[in-house]
Amino acid sequence: MAELAGQIKRMNGGINQLLEQIFGFSRRCLFRVISMGPIPNHLAFIMDGNRRYAKKCGLEEGSGHKAGFSALMLMLQYCYELGIKYVTIYAFSIDNFRRQPEEVQCLMDLMLEKIKSLLEKESIVHQYGIRVYFIGNLALLNDQVRDAAEEVMKATAKNSRVVLLICIAYNSTDEILQAVKKSCINKLDNIEASGSYKHEDSDIEAKDMENQEKKIQLVDIEENMQMSVAPNPDILIRSSGETRLSNFLLWQTGNSQLCSPAALWPEIGLRHLVWAILNFQRSHSYLEKRKKQL
Amino acid sequence: MLSLRVPTPTSFRRLHAGRSRLSRDCLFSYSPSFVNRGVRLRVRSTKSEVALTPAEEEEEVTLPEELQPELMPKHVAIIMDGNGRWAKNQGLQPWDGHRAGVEALKEIVELSGRWGIQVLTVFAFSTDNWIRPRIEIDFLFSLFERSLKSEFQNLAKNDVRISIIGDSSKLPKSLLRLINEVEEGTKNNTRLQLIVAVGYSGKYDVLQACRGIAQRVKDGEIDVDEIDEGLIEQELETNCTEFPYPDLLIRTSGELRVSNFLLWQLAYTELFFAQELWPDFGRSGYVEALMSFQQRQRRFGGRKS
Repeated sequence: MAELAGQIKRMNGGINQLLEQIFGFSRRCLFRVISMGPIPNHLAFIMDGNRRYAKKCGLEEGSGHKAGFSALMLMLQYCYELGIKYVTIYAFSIDNFRRQPEEVQCLMDLMLEKIKSLLEKESIVHQYGIRVYFIGNLALLNDQVRDAAEEVMKATAKNSRVVLLICIAYNSTDEILQAVKKSCINKLDNIEASGSYKHEDSDIEAKDMENQEKKIQLVDIEENMQMSVAPNPDILIRSSGETRLSNFLLWQTGNSQLCSPAALWPEIGLRHLVWAILNFQRSHSYLEKRKKQL
Repeated sequence: MLSLRVPTPTSFRRLHAGRSRLSRDCLFSYSPSFVNRGVRLRVRSTKSEVALTPAEEEEEVTLPEELQPELMPKHVAIIMDGNGRWAKNQGLQPWDGHRAGVEALKEIVELSGRWGIQVLTVFAFSTDNWIRPRIEIDFLFSLFERSLKSEFQNLAKNDVRISIIGDSSKLPKSLLRLINEVEEGTKNNTRLQLIVAVGYSGKYDVLQACRGIAQRVKDGEIDVDEIDEGLIEQELETNCTEFPYPDLLIRTSGELRVSNFLLWQLAYTELFFAQELWPDFGRSGYVEALMSFQQRQRRFGGRKS
């Protein structure tokens, strides 16, 4: 009897492995077909709906976020297999600090655990040669999480195949604010360094040019943005059907295609990614033409 | 907001009857086969001779039953996309599309005023649109000038305040003078504030706010450490209104992008993407967008329960 049960278990394990291999093969074929068209360079995700998922499945508090993490690993695998170079995820917003302290603590503990796991040899970071950036106001995090984050950034600094940007303690308005502050400081330093000028009335043209140089330009702000390490996202996907940006990458998503599948984040799958990319491919040639005109 | 794309099929009954009128640049159109619409449009014209029946008047003033008054957004922003495609679908010139677009805008402004929306911001002309053919740009600005002149009285009567935001340095001088006049003339109106974004981009807005702040720091008015989000908000061009952050953004024509409109201000705005092209986006489209807004759960990063 026990032998029979053991045999059935081994058969099931074998069948599962076979199914996995078939799915993997089909997926890679599908990706080959999709790659005939343009593939986005940068994908951004707002991972919304973990708690609702836990409630829906009758799980305990915190399990939704764990399920969300598994879904994230799967999506990263698909993105990097497809050849998408940059992936940005909205892990924790500055607004989320306003949630219940227990939930915030639970999230911080989960993030610490997962950030540390990125350093392990079997992690996805080593599998795909990912360079990891942590984007946000890291000073707002507790010391442990911040130190772990900095360690990961240092350890992956030499990787160059693909990039993962994790937005943690992040708000787009905060990012813009810090960039504005830095631009102001830089400009003031430049003015002080170059000293004051006295121009003849006839030297108006030179004075105008100098005034123009002294004025802050768009590039000054942009080079001070934390997200300047990556190009702008081509697609922004927000799960759980909500259609809003929630203070995420406002500056960078001006021309990004926005997708809001109804699935909660732990339910997000291959079909949502493929759908988003097919839509992207549809409008791509038109957008490229517009970019060239500009 | 202008863009040209692959056309989607649309129908627009009122145009066919009113085509000759549009070509004479008349500011209202009338379709005999679509009486209700015609009656509503006639009332807006100051040359109207036919009054609404009491039942029709009541229908106009009250909120549609699908909408709840306490959940109406205070500030609605609209990217008016699709004029060019609409004109192409009808076999017309792009400027006919823009004229039809102005009609659609008038209807939405009227409905917003009636339904208690306090601020309506519309994306009329983006910094990206400067690449359009010169003839189209010149037409647009002259259309804008004509519409402002003719609608000025109407706006004053309906207690609408107009504000224009955007980089006005490239606009024709006559238009600039008119804009100043209209802004001055309507600045005390309180029922609805119509903000028209011309030569605007969200990045440009943040940039000019940044320059303003830098100047204030240089003049010693404020310290660098005092720069915060509130200060940036004060310096943005939307400081002309009490409610600078839209609750709802509507983009017509099915494009799923924000196209650099109101960048900072859209942080928590609910987005609604309508399939219709702008000239077709009338009352029914607006009600659908508002209904969708009223069903959303806004959490602002926190938790509802």
